[in-house]
Amino acid sequence: MSKPILATTSLAGCFGCHMSILDIDERILELIELVEFNKSPIDDIKKFTKKCDIGLIEGGCCNSENVHVLKDFRENCKILVSLGECAIMGGLPAMRNGIPIKECLEEAYLNGPTVVGNTTGIIPNDPELPMLLDKVYPCHEVVKIDYHLPGCPPRADLIWEALVALVTGDEMKMPYEVIKFD
Amino acid sequence: MDTIIRITIDGIECMASRGQYIVEAAKENGIYIPTLCNYPGVKPKGSCRICTVKVNGKLMTACTTPVSQGMQIENNTSELNELRKAIIELLLVEGNHFCPSCEKSGFCELQALAYRFKVMVPRFPYSFPLRKVDASHPKIIKDQNRCILCKRCIRAVKDDKGRSIFAYRRRSHRVEVGVDAKLGKLLTDELAQKAMDVCPVGSIIVKEKGFAVPIGERKYDNKPIGSDIENISVSKH
Amino acid sequence: MKTATIKIIEKYKKDKTRLMDILIDIQSEIGYIPPHAVSQIAEELHMSEVDVEQTISFYHFFSLKPTGKYNIYLNNSAVATMMGRAEVAATFEKELGIKFGQVTADGMIGLFETSCIGMNDQEPAAIINNLIFTKLTPFRVKEIIRDIREGKRVEDMFYASYGDGKNATELIKSVVSNNIRKIGPILEKKNKPGEAIKKIIKMSPTEVIDEVKKSGIRGRGGAGFPTGLKWEFCRMAPGEKKYILCNADEGEPGTFKDRVILTELPRLLFEGMVIAGYAVGATEGILYIRYEYKYLGQYLEDILDKAREKNYLGKNIGGKKGFDFDIRIQYGAGAYVCGEESALIESAEGKRGEPRDRPPFPVEKGYLDMPTVVNNVETLCSVVKVILNGGEWYKSFGTTESTGTKLLSISGDCRYPGVYEVVWGFSVNDILDMAGATKSDVQAVQVGGPSGAIIAPNEFNRILGYEDLSTGGSLIIFGNHRDILADVVMNFTEFFIEESCGSCSTCRIVPSILKKKLEKILNARGVMQDIDDMVEWGKILRASRCGLGQTAANPILSSIKNFRHLYEEKIQKNKSFDSGFDLNAAVKESCEATGRVPYI
Repeated sequence: MSKPILATTSLAGCFGCHMSILDIDERILELIELVEFNKSPIDDIKKFTKKCDIGLIEGGCCNSENVHVLKDFRENCKILVSLGECAIMGGLPAMRNGIPIKECLEEAYLNGPTVVGNTTGIIPNDPELPMLLDKVYPCHEVVKIDYHLPGCPPRADLIWEALVALVTGDEMKMPYEVIKFD
Repeated sequence: MDTIIRITIDGIECMASRGQYIVEAAKENGIYIPTLCNYPGVKPKGSCRICTVKVNGKLMTACTTPVSQGMQIENNTSELNELRKAIIELLLVEGNHFCPSCEKSGFCELQALAYRFKVMVPRFPYSFPLRKVDASHPKIIKDQNRCILCKRCIRAVKDDKGRSIFAYRRRSHRVEVGVDAKLGKLLTDELAQKAMDVCPVGSIIVKEKGFAVPIGERKYDNKPIGSDIENISVSKH
Repeated sequence: MKTATIKIIEKYKKDKTRLMDILIDIQSEIGYIPPHAVSQIAEELHMSEVDVEQTISFYHFFSLKPTGKYNIYLNNSAVATMMGRAEVAATFEKELGIKFGQVTADGMIGLFETSCIGMNDQEPAAIINNLIFTKLTPFRVKEIIRDIREGKRVEDMFYASYGDGKNATELIKSVVSNNIRKIGPILEKKNKPGEAIKKIIKMSPTEVIDEVKKSGIRGRGGAGFPTGLKWEFCRMAPGEKKYILCNADEGEPGTFKDRVILTELPRLLFEGMVIAGYAVGATEGILYIRYEYKYLGQYLEDILDKAREKNYLGKNIGGKKGFDFDIRIQYGAGAYVCGEESALIESAEGKRGEPRDRPPFPVEKGYLDMPTVVNNVETLCSVVKVILNGGEWYKSFGTTESTGTKLLSISGDCRYPGVYEVVWGFSVNDILDMAGATKSDVQAVQVGGPSGAIIAPNEFNRILGYEDLSTGGSLIIFGNHRDILADVVMNFTEFFIEESCGSCSTCRIVPSILKKKLEKILNARGVMQDIDDMVEWGKILRASRCGLGQTAANPILSSIKNFRHLYEEKIQKNKSFDSGFDLNAAVKESCEATGRVPYI
């Protein structure tokens, strides 16, 4: 039997959840035995080369590109897992939710205390740039997500246990200490 | 009249004293009924509804219902626990609960309940309301994003003349807990600390300090809420 | 202005429990509750300002900001919408150049929405400076605005004749109509006021209670608790003072029969309160009326004065030594939930109308923590007839479980909307016949208002009564051309969202979530799971404290139960999941903010 195929991505996240994947330490070697990686920042495969079994999603959707990537994952992965608070509930990027985008952009590019050198007073609007969404969306409010692993980041042990459970089909061990929202 | 009241909770015979609320009686018998808006020594209000039990088949809040002779109470049933989990999830989607940035994380009772009930993701859509952070008072910050409207501060924190420092404003989904502009300025350090301690979440924060306890050593990092009351460890359930 | 506030506070003897009255007086004198008034009230009543504000901000008709000199409150109930509210609302907005919730720039006219004002049989209706304007049309709206701009007094703005019956008397002078369509033993005016009082003073209080018990009468507000038993509990409860509260906070959309009683039979009602007082040993009665009926105020006060002159109220009533009882009127200020008896008590004590946890029940610990009977207007009127004609007589009407008669408020798609007094045991079909509805053109009937159930023709043979279809008396008829989901269920759901007191997490949060689901289905983005979710999530509300919260999902739940096909027609058949996410809509705001053309 061929190995299950795993893909990962970071949308509106900080890569902290990916760091947490690496935090499984030497078990990463076991992981490589267990699964084959496809599209993922970990192996730098940029496009899906085949259908995958599991997709791990870090980060919520803050712009149109995030939505496209997420939909791409949904099409190419049998199981999607929201990894961490941002994927589950928008996380810290979602603290802008409810505030008009115009205000956010003006704060970021014109009026904020850290703005230096924007002499032209331009808010970036190049057509190449992804379009911001009206709010940061949790992933499951855009596509169907099968599992959720909370945490900021999710504990490495939780990620490990979840992956092993998904790959082996065994019931997942969830000791109290590993489920945390921070 | 008898002062000893006999009740059963999930079929277990328990003794209680007259005038006791179900939550208290259960606690004395080593049975944990999850609560959130309830606070020891403060008049119960039954606003969060998490302590809902079935009393002789009827849904009642255990924090507001006094025991009576022969009461048959259902508590730890899948139906009630599912209801409680749903209410916890409702509270999580109602406000803006960004645990990673909250000073109360690890001490927050809403978060602790979510851990206990293994809330991985709320079933309801997030409402992401636009709410204010009121830092205009010298001693405290009132962060409306995190407020769960449990009324604990309203009931527990009064000035020396018995006047309310906190109170509800408006009604329906627009309700919020306001701080009295004048009395808020006069808050003593002691009352400010009390307000923060009484708040089950991170909505009332004493200014100029925070994150005093490292992650891993906080109240609910290793032991579920309610485990101090229970005889049996909950991680099995 | 400062002295005005002080005078009002002193008028109520600086009594914290009269805060509602203080606020009502200030609001009507100044047009809003200004900050200095809040400070003064706080100081004089030894409260914090935020505590005063929590009462003010609870009620719809109080304002912390200046309102207009003329304030228009247009009802937004489902039946108003059915009767052409949209055009009326649009005309108001167009003529005034403002949106709902705003005041004109000159500070002259405020335009607001309000929940059902008890005029379902003569919609669209509005309240303007406490007076009711019924059967509005765009033309009439223009007339009204013109009159306001000319500075006319509101009472001089009626051109048509006044309403029927007492609506035309000097102290009311209102265009409201009674629309009484069927008179029974309660509505008929055969007996003279005071007759029952003369009878009870020859009886002992327990004999009075026994007679009421014998009649089998149950509470007419909808819950149906046996009245005699309630009185007995209150009589037995220890307490140095006892109270009779009459619940005239008729707020269930589609109910207006209490308004008609208050207009036509206030003496009967007051006599019922006196009887209740005698039976339970209460010396004080409070008639709690919704603010929407304030236009009846002077008239009712006048009747109370006359009753005092005749010694039907006051000390040693009817010459019986020690039989003291008097009544005061307490107004609400716009909050449906105050119709719940414990919320009504809280409100009468000057607080937010938040229901209390039970036990203790009001009969043990009610108004000012004293034993209190809260009875519906209709119940108290019926009791007078029970005393006059005997419990056995009363029991001869109706069914075993539901004795006597019931006043129904019928509205919607029928020829004769109005008030009907029927003997319990009528079927919905009988009522449709009576009201002149064309049966082939009735799609649904809402029984018992939004908190009741919406039923389909296959259930029209069901019988009204506590044993089958229990109701506080509101029936709304929907013709075949009505869009049940968009116009009725959505309207009622929004009503519950608006009217929640906000105290219970369940009732504060769930209805808004259900509304989003319903919107998703109406927007053709729903899937079968959404219907299942609504059914499951609606159940959470059963854990709410009061009847409002527990029934807040009923519009959705009962329509899914009885009109499931309407939902299934709208959902996507070929999909099992749809998040409802719309990328086009989601990028709109940012593209507008940056001047970009969206590309998807």
